[in-house]
Amino acid sequence: MSDTQHTQEHWHRRVLENKGGLFAVLSVAAIAVGSMVELVPMFTVDYAPEEVVGIHPYTPLEVAGRDIYVREGCYLCHSQWVRPFRSETLRYGTWSRAEEYVYDRPFQLGSRRIGPDLHRVGGKYNNAWHYEHMRNPRSTSPGSIMPNYPWLYEWSYDPADVAASVNTLATLGHPYADDVLADIPGAIRAQADDVVADLKASNIEVEPDKEIVAVIAYLQRLGLDGRAKVAAAEGGAK
Amino acid sequence: MSPDTSNGAHETYDDDIVRLFFGATVLWAVVGMLVGVIIALQLAFWPANMDVPYLTFGRLRPLHTNAVIFAFAGNAVFTGIYYSMQRLMKVRTHDLLSRIHFWGWQGIIVSAALTLPFGFTQSREYAELIWPIDIAIAVVWVVFAINFFYTIAYRKVQHLYVAIWFYMSFVLTVAVLHIVNALALPATLTRSFPLYSGMTDALVQWWYGHNAVAFFLTTPFLGLMYYFLPKAAERPVFSYRLSIIHFWALVFLYIWAGPHHLLYSGLPDWVQTVGSIFSIMLIAPSWGGMLNGLLTLRGAWDRLRTDPIIKFLVVGVSFYGMSTFEGPMMSVRSVNALSHFTNWVVGHVHSGALGWNGMISFGMLYWLAPRLWGKVHNESWVSLHFWMATIGIVLYVVSMWAGGLTEGLMWRAINADGLLAYPNFVDIVQRLAPFYWTRFFGGTLFLLGALLMAFNFILTIRDARAAGASAPVAAK
Ligand code: HEM
Ligand code: HEM
Repeated sequence: MSDTQHTQEHWHRRVLENKGGLFAVLSVAAIAVGSMVELVPMFTVDYAPEEVVGIHPYTPLEVAGRDIYVREGCYLCHSQWVRPFRSETLRYGTWSRAEEYVYDRPFQLGSRRIGPDLHRVGGKYNNAWHYEHMRNPRSTSPGSIMPNYPWLYEWSYDPADVAASVNTLATLGHPYADDVLADIPGAIRAQADDVVADLKASNIEVEPDKEIVAVIAYLQRLGLDGRAKVAAAEGGAK
Repeated sequence: MSPDTSNGAHETYDDDIVRLFFGATVLWAVVGMLVGVIIALQLAFWPANMDVPYLTFGRLRPLHTNAVIFAFAGNAVFTGIYYSMQRLMKVRTHDLLSRIHFWGWQGIIVSAALTLPFGFTQSREYAELIWPIDIAIAVVWVVFAINFFYTIAYRKVQHLYVAIWFYMSFVLTVAVLHIVNALALPATLTRSFPLYSGMTDALVQWWYGHNAVAFFLTTPFLGLMYYFLPKAAERPVFSYRLSIIHFWALVFLYIWAGPHHLLYSGLPDWVQTVGSIFSIMLIAPSWGGMLNGLLTLRGAWDRLRTDPIIKFLVVGVSFYGMSTFEGPMMSVRSVNALSHFTNWVVGHVHSGALGWNGMISFGMLYWLAPRLWGKVHNESWVSLHFWMATIGIVLYVVSMWAGGLTEGLMWRAINADGLLAYPNFVDIVQRLAPFYWTRFFGGTLFLLGALLMAFNFILTIRDARAAGASAPVAAK
């Protein structure tokens, strides 16, 4: 057998490779070192209050849209992470800061750019653009390889289901106002009505409970808080 | 074939469990790679998304990664572990625990296939499965671990062979990674939110993600290499001392490397730097393993021309060497600035996945088949499979490198006026079509090779059944 070639006794063989339990303990110790050094400081990261000023949790309708973004796996083609390079800030806008993500749970940084980055997409296009784009990406972006998402125009989100998400996020410490938590369906409806009214101005008729409304609300929110903070820090002149 | 109870041990080994895992490996290889080919087509030809929610790229891609990593590679590792562990310990694994492990694991795979296309996901790469399935994974893993350590405890050979060390670090580390990364608060039966948020969540996930590569796709496969390569080559391992050094260096260094997935992000600079440095150092123990594998063939290099099993194993180890050279290079910040987000990463992934995990698995299966059932039905198909797989990998990897460089350079190109040379993102996307098509053809070839293998094994088993009445071939 291949394992019997070394018949001479090495000291480490006697103390280690012959002892299953000790070997197991040491191999866990070996991975514990790096894990602790890197992870533990991050667990205790506490952003200074002035760092998170101006960064707000997603509204209930945006949470609904975010759940759909996760469900459809948008993050597998789109990053939400603008790196601090000139070529990226030119294309997308100001680079992404750590504290902007404090209410991103689960994080959606992504690892691929089959499509463009979305971290600064909020406010870049109007609602009608997104409405057309999600139904048929080629109508707004000729040559795009993104799939059509026709079901977002048929399926409705369930406010009770969204409330379950929002309440869980609140439990995990996302600061929602009490009146929002008291009437999550109401908060959803109010924001959805705004999106619907805006679309109507572009001659698009859609019911407020359709999934596309939530997705648009989420996309239009992306990167806004961070961008506003940076603009304010740079002197508010812009 | 005679029962393998070498050295006069009275124990008989449980080879039925090996046959079960073997069959599952082949089945999921075909399924997982078929899904890979479908998503490859979707990138080349978007109408292949078919306007069906359950079949879009975003929902099928996690199905692909889960099927190939946990179903194909996972079952391949279990096949090899159950076969080799019993023989290295000279003791039979626990029959009931082995079966709970087998059926539990297949149940998890089926539940993955029934949830991911429906959009039930946690969106954590390689840990997408929803929380109830995460709990099932933990339970099945504990059963496996008990079986594993039970076998070690009752072993009849005192010394633990190198392969066992690698298996052990796989069993233990995967448990730690899975549990820490899966900590979440459920909102509904199918949705949960992680205890960590933002950059902390990202770091935990990539600590997991990178070490899934390290401890699911690397250490157990090194264990397989250390058992099956010497067996196939009929040569002892090159250096025992080298195996000790590279084992400890590998497990110690690997765990630090996760932050190379988050270079130039909001992660604190020191974490990025540490991740980058440890990733670069990883080349040493990785190449230690590669060399120990390749040099095991010393004096037997002629077999490389004649024995298709040796071909599979040697090409597998060589791809391991290649991707562990490329990986550290991509961990250098300035290189990562170019490669990150591009198809280059996909090329890197598949030179490891197809080249290392795929080829080692195939070589192992072809070595095992005659020992489990009798002569492989068609020997020349084995060579044909080898060439299909090898050409498939080359087409895949080279097209993704070229495509990755193309997009990386076009994204960053700035013209004389200081403006983006290609401001319209879709223009760059369109340039990638030929690369996506080449990858699709390479992947299809690789898949067809796997299908040929499956067919060959089905006929092998049929032959064994036919012969079975007169002369039992099964080692039992
Ligand atoms: C027929 C063979 C295969 C084909 C055609 C294929 C195709 C693909 C495609 C198209 C993607 C998506 C890439 C993207 O995001 O642009 C992908 C991702 C991936 N595949 Fe495969 N694949 C194959 C086999 C395998 C095998 C055998 C493994 C592992 C053992 C594997 C592991 C992965 C992983 C880990 C990813 C995610 C990569 C990342 O996140 O960057 N694949 N594959
Ligand atoms: C010394 C060994 C290795 C190092 C240092 C390394 C390093 C890297 C780096 C820097 C990336 C790109 C991260 C990014 O820019 O997003 C990467 C991605 C990846 N590597 Fe490796 N690599 C190594 C070996 C391997 C091997 C052997 C495999 C496969 C068996 C593998 C599988 C992957 C996968 C699946 C990804 C994609 C992750 C994702 O984006 O989803 N790596 N690796």
